Amino acid sequence: MTPNATGVDAVIDAVTAVLLIVGALMSLGAAIGLLRFPDLMSRMHAATKPQVLGLFLVLAAIGLQLREWWVWPVLLVAWIFQLLTVPVSAHMVGRAGYRTKHLHPELLSADELEAVVLRAAGERAAEKAQEAGPDAPHSRNGGHPGGITGDSRPKGNGGASS
Amino acid sequence: MKDIVLIVTAVILSLAAAGAIYRIAVGPSLLDRVLASDVLLAILGAALAIDMAVNRHLNNLVLLVALTLIGFVGSVTVARFVADRRGQVNDS
Repeated sequence: MTPNATGVDAVIDAVTAVLLIVGALMSLGAAIGLLRFPDLMSRMHAATKPQVLGLFLVLAAIGLQLREWWVWPVLLVAWIFQLLTVPVSAHMVGRAGYRTKHLHPELLSADELEAVVLRAAGERAAEKAQEAGPDAPHSRNGGHPGGITGDSRPKGNGGASS
Repeated sequence: MKDIVLIVTAVILSLAAAGAIYRIAVGPSLLDRVLASDVLLAILGAALAIDMAVNRHLNNLVLLVALTLIGFVGSVTVARFVADRRGQVNDS
């Protein structure tokens, strides 16, 4: 930042300061959310703020301070890289959280994944019964309790929510 | 101006890092800890970027991208591991 800035420099410095402080506040908001929210899903909601919006604000501050045109595409690439990786890891964490029951079902307003998982489990049971054939004993399911959380590679889109 | 911004953001980020570290230490489950360590990485990235913005250089940009990659690989790996292991335990 320019010391004793006047005119345009002062304006740019003020905007930069606001961007930096708001970007830092995103991190603080995420930490408060981590501490106060009750379960994994709502904590994930809070944790995304500094990763996407906070990084965007701070990178915009860098672009404003450097005052070169070529720096914007570089910063955009860094931000898009974050934008590509964050949803994937959030999806994996959310999926693992759902499958290992890291959530309070009474706090959910809608659970669209439950019906999908139940249907997939039902289809799997039906297929297994067909494979066993009509003359096989009926207790083929006994040794294979593949329930809702058992199979880590679901059929269909059983894991398509985060 | 420069000093004010640096002090304010340093205080905010320190509080945020303390909260994230508390969640890593206390967090009831492994996934909570993974999530909190992701937030801690984001806070570190924000600190690096604020340093770049205030001092007008781009030396930390590669480090920022590497930090993103580390967070991605780490959380995906741990999430996968948790899914497999808890699945076996729950098969009762």
